[in-house]
Amino acid sequence: MSIKKVHDQQPESFEFSNENLEIIKNILKKYPEKNRKSAVMPLLYLAQKQNNNWIPLAALKYIGNFLSMPYINVYEIATFYTMYNLAPVGKYFVQVCTTSPCLLRGAGEIVKTCKKKLSKNPNEITSNGMCSWTEVECLGACVNAPMMQVNNDYYEDLDVNSTEKILDSFMDDKPLKPGSSRNRKSSAPENNKTNGTTNA
Amino acid sequence: MLKEEDKIFKNLYNNHGWSLNDSLKRNDWSNTKEIISKGREWIINEIKLSELRGRGGAGFPTGVKWSFAPKKVGSRPHYLVINADESEPGTCKDRDILRFEPQKLIEGCLISAFAVNAHICYIYIRGEYFHEGQQLQKAIDEAYEKKFIGKNALNTGWDFDIYIHYGAGAYICGEETALLESLEGNKGQPRLKPPFPALVGLYGCPTIVNNVETIAVVPTILRKGGKWFASIGRPKNTGTKIFCISGNVNNPCNVEEEMGVPLKFLIEKYAGGVIGGWKNLKAVIPGGSSMPLIPKDVCETIKMDFDSLVAAKSGLGTAGIVVINNDQDILKCMARIAKFYKHESCGQCTPCREGSGWMWRILERAAKGDATKEDINLLSEVTKQIEGHTICAFGEGSAWPVQGLLRHFRKEIDKRCFSEPVIKKKRKIPYLVDQHLLESKDA
Repeated sequence: MSIKKVHDQQPESFEFSNENLEIIKNILKKYPEKNRKSAVMPLLYLAQKQNNNWIPLAALKYIGNFLSMPYINVYEIATFYTMYNLAPVGKYFVQVCTTSPCLLRGAGEIVKTCKKKLSKNPNEITSNGMCSWTEVECLGACVNAPMMQVNNDYYEDLDVNSTEKILDSFMDDKPLKPGSSRNRKSSAPENNKTNGTTNA
Repeated sequence: MLKEEDKIFKNLYNNHGWSLNDSLKRNDWSNTKEIISKGREWIINEIKLSELRGRGGAGFPTGVKWSFAPKKVGSRPHYLVINADESEPGTCKDRDILRFEPQKLIEGCLISAFAVNAHICYIYIRGEYFHEGQQLQKAIDEAYEKKFIGKNALNTGWDFDIYIHYGAGAYICGEETALLESLEGNKGQPRLKPPFPALVGLYGCPTIVNNVETIAVVPTILRKGGKWFASIGRPKNTGTKIFCISGNVNNPCNVEEEMGVPLKFLIEKYAGGVIGGWKNLKAVIPGGSSMPLIPKDVCETIKMDFDSLVAAKSGLGTAGIVVINNDQDILKCMARIAKFYKHESCGQCTPCREGSGWMWRILERAAKGDATKEDINLLSEVTKQIEGHTICAFGEGSAWPVQGLLRHFRKEIDKRCFSEPVIKKKRKIPYLVDQHLLESKDA
């Protein structure tokens, strides 16, 4: 299990925007009326999106009331799942996969690059507010290792050079295009010297 | 080797486009109505005949699983749940199906849902696959527009809705009952079985949970016949499978091949061989990180299917092949896998919650050369205490890789772990307490 830190400066209150309340109406339609509780995960995502990519405690209370759930259950869920940020992150939240398949292909170097370019320790926001980074577990793009996720985007087939360029682009607030850093086509074999077996 | 015409996922690399119109050209949805009109019995029998085994890791026969669903709908509705919470290290096959072959999955959902009497299907996608989920949603919307799904889907008289539900970064939600808990709006902690989800699943209703790849191959099987599928591969290990080859190979890739294809062939032919040549191979994790690794001499001849790998004391799992060569420190690599399990344990059962941490700490020490002779025996003991003593298979999943390591590389580890037990040398390495509770630097 991982330990999550709740931010020490919390806003007093939280409310969903009107736009999000409309979205919530559609989310609730997915689940049976008596199982509204199922919507807690999508609602936490919405709260996170509305609040600069982190969820304040006030939002947990709000969602608890909204779905008639005890506050502590919402709290439990928000701390159980790693993708809910309970403290502020950079505008570009860099998550480097360091599980074995990525590690074997040099994820350690990518982490070093983040330390050099962004901050010495994980989860520290750079002074311009643009970036923070952390290590995460397998992101499920193992044949495109090493890779990292930045907000919703995957940056794949990295090396130190390309990572530096990508991180610089975030610091300048002009993000490079996500996907393979050497324009590789999805998960197809590269330099297919041995045969013609692309799934044609 | 798999013949080109027998490949199911013709758009695995998105060479032909993933939209509905592109999919129609690949024969998706070509005679779905006819298939459904043949009835439940026929569909389930055909799947049983094909000997299709679940592609999510456990390899349970799909047709048999479906037949566990109650034949008639009682007071509670039935549900179909698709497990797209692909998080096993080394595995990234479902991702390509979600983004490039979504119509195969959607069509499979409709047919399978019909077969198990479900009108509603939830697809549980891991939260990190945000764009894949968005793309799938677009594909679902396209299918709704064409009236392939929705009210009176395809004029079959069957109402069918598909909803996407995002996970939020918990590996354990790939376990089917944890997934259902998560879908219900709880922490993803596995349930005790029995009762099995087929009788008491989502919201207490009969629920069939299947992996993405399993469902996505269903339409093709029914179109070409169960016998066709059964003719590929070996008895009881039939059909095609997407293999993900990652790690120290020249060209890591996903590839669809027949079951029982030799591992060496896969690595040499598709992945461009091991970095540094075959002789530089150390070991291979054949089925995602939960499966015990196999050393080079086994890799020479092993065939990639469920039963061959079980005979080699490993398993096919999700068919995520992680290749490790001699340039790597195998202890470090396995210590990292142990850390993964420590991080992802849901914390419900003590042996797993505590044991995964023990395994990680001992392996970390061993990798640094700090472990004592006794440590390795302790490690072996801990794996046996976890295995079989937990609610779900996560316990086995975390203990097996370590057991595999000890089984095949014990001599090498012993060479690196030679220091005398802690008490004799009065070294400050507390190893019987939970490390994160200690502040001291060398803890």
